[in-house]
Amino acid sequence: MKAPDFVYERASTLEDAFRLKAKHGDLARWLAGGQSLLAALAFRLSEPTALIDISRIDSLKGITRSDAMVRIGAGTTQARIGASALICQHVPLLAEAIPLIAHTAIRNRGTIGGSLAFADPAAELPACCVALEATLIAQGPKGERKIAARDFFEGVYATALADDELLTAIDIPIVQSGERQVLVELTRRSGDYAMAGIAAVVRREAGKISHARLTYFALGDRPVAASAAEKSLLGRTLDGDAIDAAVRAALGDIDPSGDLNGGPATKRHLAQVVLERALKRIMTDAAQTAA
Amino acid sequence: MTTTAINSNAITVIVNGERVSRQVPARQHLIDFLRTDLGLMGSHVACEHGVCGACTVRVDGMIVRGCLVLAASLDGSKVETIEGVSDTGEIRDLQDAFIARNAAQCGYCTPAMLLTAADLLAHNPNPSREEIREHLSGNYCRCTGYQAIVDAVETTAKARK
Ligand SMILES: Cc1cc2nc3c(=O)[nH]c(=O)nc-3n(C[C@H](O)[C@H](O)[C@H](O)COP(=O)(O)OP(=O)(O)OC[C@H]3O[C@@H](n4cnc5c(N)ncnc54)[C@H](O)[C@@H]3O)c2cc1C
Ligand code: FES
Ligand code: FES
Repeated sequence: MKAPDFVYERASTLEDAFRLKAKHGDLARWLAGGQSLLAALAFRLSEPTALIDISRIDSLKGITRSDAMVRIGAGTTQARIGASALICQHVPLLAEAIPLIAHTAIRNRGTIGGSLAFADPAAELPACCVALEATLIAQGPKGERKIAARDFFEGVYATALADDELLTAIDIPIVQSGERQVLVELTRRSGDYAMAGIAAVVRREAGKISHARLTYFALGDRPVAASAAEKSLLGRTLDGDAIDAAVRAALGDIDPSGDLNGGPATKRHLAQVVLERALKRIMTDAAQTAA
Repeated sequence: MTTTAINSNAITVIVNGERVSRQVPARQHLIDFLRTDLGLMGSHVACEHGVCGACTVRVDGMIVRGCLVLAASLDGSKVETIEGVSDTGEIRDLQDAFIARNAAQCGYCTPAMLLTAADLLAHNPNPSREEIREHLSGNYCRCTGYQAIVDAVETTAKARK
């Protein structure tokens, strides 16, 4: 369980990072918190020739708000995000997701950029970013580009990032009035990756659902939008009938293959359970607000 | 015979209050640096991929997995292990409670349990049993069944009030 030999380099600025990447070439990897990469290296799942440590690049860290957007630096740790008052107030979905990721000792080092770039299909943050309609900002030697979260994830551990690109920040629209953000997942033990989960963002205007983003995780090779379920909710009052219809519609949105946690039939059942729980929570909260 | 040079980096770290400068292999984990190079055997290592928590130590005041941190990345950092926090007496009461409640059997998980429990009590002086279990959930114990450990942490929290 020892990692293969590699060169360790530390970048102090983005320019430094791109220079080191050019120097070490294709088999060099970015090292952020190391909470997925170093575990993978221990198994020798990959054998990079160099690790370029980006964890001390200050410009990649921090959480700021501008108008309708919260920007999170890609190098911000999961622990920082979980403890942020800005996040708690403006992006409650992330505040709910963070404590479900691994354990404190891992969240103290693991970063949001690392979670997104690693793109584990069972991870919480990729699904949250899709449900929140976040924009991911990538930078490479040739400049910056913006990628919608829904276009970023391309498969198991696969993203739209080019080999020499870095994720620098994530822009997330702040929660609007009438909107509820809820995350529900099922795990065997606290801190495990989910067996099935959903990130749900539902907005209502004058009692009718005007916006619904329901994104599954651990139910496909990437975050999966439950588009038919979303559509079935639009224009309706959120009641038991609407929830039943959405849960039925969602079965058409997923085609899970089995994994260590169960076969496709189990996964489909769990998908219904998490969606129903998420929507029921939103319905109950809404009732409380109205009262 | 040919030998391949192992890549290495120079680091200076403060370990339990003492300044240490060493040349470390690039791929060396913090836990192996502490145990093998510095002889600090109080931190344990088992799974080596982040799952069991036995290697928990503090870096710059925060608990981390010693098997998921490269020693080479720590230049300028402050590292604390069970040896250090035992010497300062910071967790004397917690250690006494572990003994009183029989919360250590083989002891393999204990140093990491203590550091993780200390981290909880530092951030949440009045945790429920549920919160104690949640905070310790990333630290495996194959002996105690956890009940005694939760008891010890709860007792310490109450006594500190
Ligand atoms: C025991 C255990 C349990 C876990 N449980 C969960 C869980 O329940 N849910 C969950 O979501 N995660 C879980 N994780 C993973 C954890 O969240 C990782 O922290 C995270 O996936 C990776 O973040 P990192 O900063 O450590 O990235 P690293 O491990 O440093 O890097 C991961 C990958 O991303 C690339 N990368 C990192 N940063 C960037 C960037 N800015 N731009 C481009 N590429 C980049 C790296 O090159 C590497 O390929 C768990 C990990 C462990 C060890
Ligand atoms: S040895 Fe580090 S978590 Fe198991
Ligand atoms: S006391 Fe033996 S593993 Fe915990």
